[in-house]
Formats: sequence, C-alpha cells, structure tokens
Amino acid sequence: MEIVYTGEKDKRLFKEALGQTIGRLLAEDEDVLYLDADLMSCIGTAKLPAATGRAIDCGIAEANMVGIACGAASVGFKPIVHSFGPFASRRCYDQVFLSGGYAGNPITVIGTDPGITAAFNGGTHMPFEDMALYRAIPGAVVVDATDVPMLVAFLEMAKDMPGVKYIRVGRKNSCQVYADGSRFQVGKGNVLRDGKDAVVVACGIMVHEAMQAAKRLVAEGIDVAVIDPFTVKPLDEDLIRAYAAKTGVVVTAENHNKIGGLYSAVKECLDGEAKVGYVAVEDTFGEVGPQDYLRTRFDLTDTHIAQVVRETRKKAGK
Amino acid sequence: MDASLNKALQKLALEIRIGIVEQIRARGFGHIGGSLSIADALAVLYGKVMRYDPQNPRWPERDKLVCSKGHAGPAVYAALAISGFFPYEELKTLNQPGTHLPSHCDKNKTPGVDMTTGSLGQGTSLAVGIALGDKLKGRDSKTYLFVGDGESDEGQVWEAAMFTAAKRLTNIVWLVDDNKKQLDGYTQDVLPLFDLAAKFAAFGFDAQRVDGNDVGQVYAALTAPVGDKPRAIILDTVKGKGIPEVENTLGNHSMTVAPEVCDKWLAALNAQLAGME
Repeated sequence: MEIVYTGEKDKRLFKEALGQTIGRLLAEDEDVLYLDADLMSCIGTAKLPAATGRAIDCGIAEANMVGIACGAASVGFKPIVHSFGPFASRRCYDQVFLSGGYAGNPITVIGTDPGITAAFNGGTHMPFEDMALYRAIPGAVVVDATDVPMLVAFLEMAKDMPGVKYIRVGRKNSCQVYADGSRFQVGKGNVLRDGKDAVVVACGIMVHEAMQAAKRLVAEGIDVAVIDPFTVKPLDEDLIRAYAAKTGVVVTAENHNKIGGLYSAVKECLDGEAKVGYVAVEDTFGEVGPQDYLRTRFDLTDTHIAQVVRETRKKAGK
Repeated sequence: MDASLNKALQKLALEIRIGIVEQIRARGFGHIGGSLSIADALAVLYGKVMRYDPQNPRWPERDKLVCSKGHAGPAVYAALAISGFFPYEELKTLNQPGTHLPSHCDKNKTPGVDMTTGSLGQGTSLAVGIALGDKLKGRDSKTYLFVGDGESDEGQVWEAAMFTAAKRLTNIVWLVDDNKKQLDGYTQDVLPLFDLAAKFAAFGFDAQRVDGNDVGQVYAALTAPVGDKPRAIILDTVKGKGIPEVENTLGNHSMTVAPEVCDKWLAALNAQLAGME
C-alpha cells in the first residue's frame, strides 16, 4: 500500500468521485442497479437515468428504495443505493436488516454526509450512530471512507460481495492518504505511520486529524503509530491487538458517537493489552454550523487527539 | 372458466386448507385465519396461472410469488407441498426446531418460497423489485404479491404502490387480502383502510374487487387482458374461510388448537373433498 499523505486537501470532491464511479460501474457491469432517493443531484448522478434504465430515482422513499434494491438483487442484480447518512441508516434500518441482511439479498448502501460533514443541514441530518446501526447487522461490512481512492476501491469490490455493505462518506474533499488505484482488503487495516509509544486508530475524516496529531506528538518525542482499519467491521483485530501489545496505549478517533462505532469495536477486541482512550462524539445529538465549528464543538481535532494520547499514556504509567 | 377447471381449483383450495390444518395440528398453534383466507387465490395461482418447476425452484424464468403477509406461511407451504416442491409429510415440521417451514416465509429455507417476508410492508417493495429486475432482464415472468389489509396500515405499502404505477410495472399483480381483520380486531376498528379499490385506483392501478374466496372470480381477474396500468385485485375474503369455528372466532389471527379439534376440522374438510369426487 503506497501512502501519499501530505496533509494537503485533495482537489477532487468525494461527490464527483461518487458520480463518476457509479456511472462507470453501471457501464462496466450490466448487473449493477443504482437507486437513489431524490438526492442524485447531490452526488452528480442526475444524468444517469437518461443514459441507462439501471439508474432509478425512487423519490423520497428510502424504505421502498431498499426493498426494491433487495428484490432486484434476488433476481440477479447488484444494487447500489444512496441517500444522506441518516436516511440511509435510521430511515430504512429494518429494510436493510431484514430485506437485505436476513433475507440474504446483497446490497451496497452509500450514506453521504456522515457526522459533522452534514454541517449546514444540522442535527436532523447528522448521523453519529450510523456505524453503530450497521455494525449490529450480522455479517455487514462497514467503512468510513478516508479518501477518494478508498471510496472508489470499495465501491468496485462491494458490488460483488454478499451481504450488507455500508460506506459513509462526505461530499466535499478530504486529504488524500492512499495512492490512486490502491487496493484494499476487507478486514485488513493499514499502518499509515509506525510508532512504538502509542497507536491512534482512526477512520474517515479523523485519519487526517490523527496524522496531524502524530506530527505534534513526535515533536514532543512521543513516537505514535497511526492505523486506518479500512473496514470498521470486520475490524482487523489481529493488527489492533498487535499494536496494543506493542505500545500499551490505544486511542481511537472517529466522527461518530462513542457508542457502537470504532471505539466500541476496538474495545471489544482488546483484553487488557493496553489503556484505551477515545476521541468521538459524546452521547449527544448533532447541531448546525460550519464543519470547522463543529469539529471544535465536538472535540474532533488533532489537538484533542494529541491530548488524549498524552492522558492515556499517563494512565498507562508512561 | 370451464366447470372442470373450476372444480379442480376448488378441490385444490380444499387440499390447501387441509394442509394448513395439518400444520397447525402438528405444532398446536399458528396463524390460521389469514392462511385460510388466501387458500382459494393460492389454488388458482399454483393450480393454473403460475409458471414454475418444482424440480428447479430457482428457475429464473419462473413466475414469482411474494406473500408479504408473511405469517400466511402455512398456506404457502401447503400449496408448495401439494405442487411438488417438497414432501407433503414435511408440513408436520412447521415451527419445529431446525424446520425449513418457519412461521413467516423464508426464501433461504423453503424450496419454492421466492422471498423472505414477515416484517409487514417490506414484501411489497421486494416484490416490486423482483418485477423491476425481471423487466430489466427482459424476462416475461410475472410476480404475484399478496398483501394483507391490516398490513396496508404500513406506509411502505403505499410507497411501493406509487413506484409500481410510476414505473408502469404490468408484470406484477397486487392481490390485497381484504379479510377485514388484523391481530387486534377488525381493521375498521383498529385503523380504517377506507375504500381499498378506490385507493389503488388513485395510486394509478387498474383496481378491481372480487370475491377472493371464489376461484372462478379470482381466475377471471388474474387472466383478464393486461392494460398499460399495473393491476390490483382486492380479494374480498373471510378470515378463517372454510372452517366455521375459525370464521366465527374474532381473534383468529393466531390460534391454539387441540389435536382433536383439528381432527374434527380435517374430517369436515375431507368430507367436502370426497363430496366433490
């Protein structure tokens, strides 16, 4: 895996990558079916229905959209559905759980604007619980997209995988971490930076914050590793446990409620190998504002990660 | 329809009812009311209208049946066993540990079941998705969707109905089992549904109301020429149809029944069947 992280924002927007990739997958694979719930214009796919009968706007009816997708999956299609994160999770949860997971109808769900990336749409549109919900579906695969190459690679592989696959991704841009064309493996995390004094496990937009935190800590003489798990479920438990044992200090960082997401997943796989701290949204609802304001409001910053690493090291007697 | 076909379908409906009671008898309880109400429509579908191959239950070109009121599993299982999808004797395993006949329909467990249902409302979108998928694949298969009247309390039913009409899916037929009751009592008391045929017509369907316990009327409706609108057939039925004691029990959604009572019902149904020979 080639890491190309510089800390600079990618010029490409996630929504452009989404639109281009969905369009390409529809063209390349005649079994791909793309359904949206009146949000095609938000991810650059509004022109696809005119180009193919396999891109369908279902209207503002997420439960029905998921059911249609799962029914079509049962007769040979590989459905990809999209809505904003809260509507792609809470609003159609029973449908994804039963019509998809339980019934064995494969489905890929894209939830855009996770957590604070919902920004000006505010608390009603700000899912801090979508990963928790999807993690609770047996066999589901859950990804918090770090950058464009991860998003593209996941969509390419997810369509051919069984079960429920969920990816949450912002619509704006992030810092590129992986080289274009990178391949990922479900259940295999990536060590973005090695270190011996602590490990930060981060996903989504928090990967950049973790890399910045590591830079600060290294300057203080604390050698911090950074791991991006790729799939929050299934989690690369061997890798996490190895780094927990090696460093004795684990800090998770996620744009999500501390309940049910990455912190929970990491805690669930550890058995006293390390002290574990977290950077996550405390058990609360979202609110409206610019993403930079929300980043500070919910303590999802590089400085907070660095602080939690220092505190967790103290707890570990270091 | 000719008299011999009518008689054959009536007999099949009786056999399905017998199969339902055999299942309930073996387990001691079950969803009997809403199973009995669709026995006649199932007889028409599996006895004459549908294209299927019990030796190849996943044949892609088959017609599909989605029983969105998934608790009517016993009715579907009886129709499938009689149609040769699995041995009739297996009906006696309903809801036993390890069975492939669970309370609610499960396509991954039962040969011939085309979709997993049970959380009411969801089967409607799934059936519409099957119809859409078959249409996109260029198959001439049809999908038959059973929806409960009580189930139509669920908003998803109407989302799926709108989508069906919007996409002009004429390869699906909605069969609404209007048996007037839901778990807690009469639909009229729990949550009135208003005029179901008028509602489906307003949603863009070619909607008609027939006696859903009359195989001749159901057959005529199912075989009428297809127009450019999707079809909804409101089946005017009786919950518990065919067994007076069940028909006359208000709370007949799920009943616990002693074996000797089942035996009495079976004797009456078998006598009717013998009378038709």
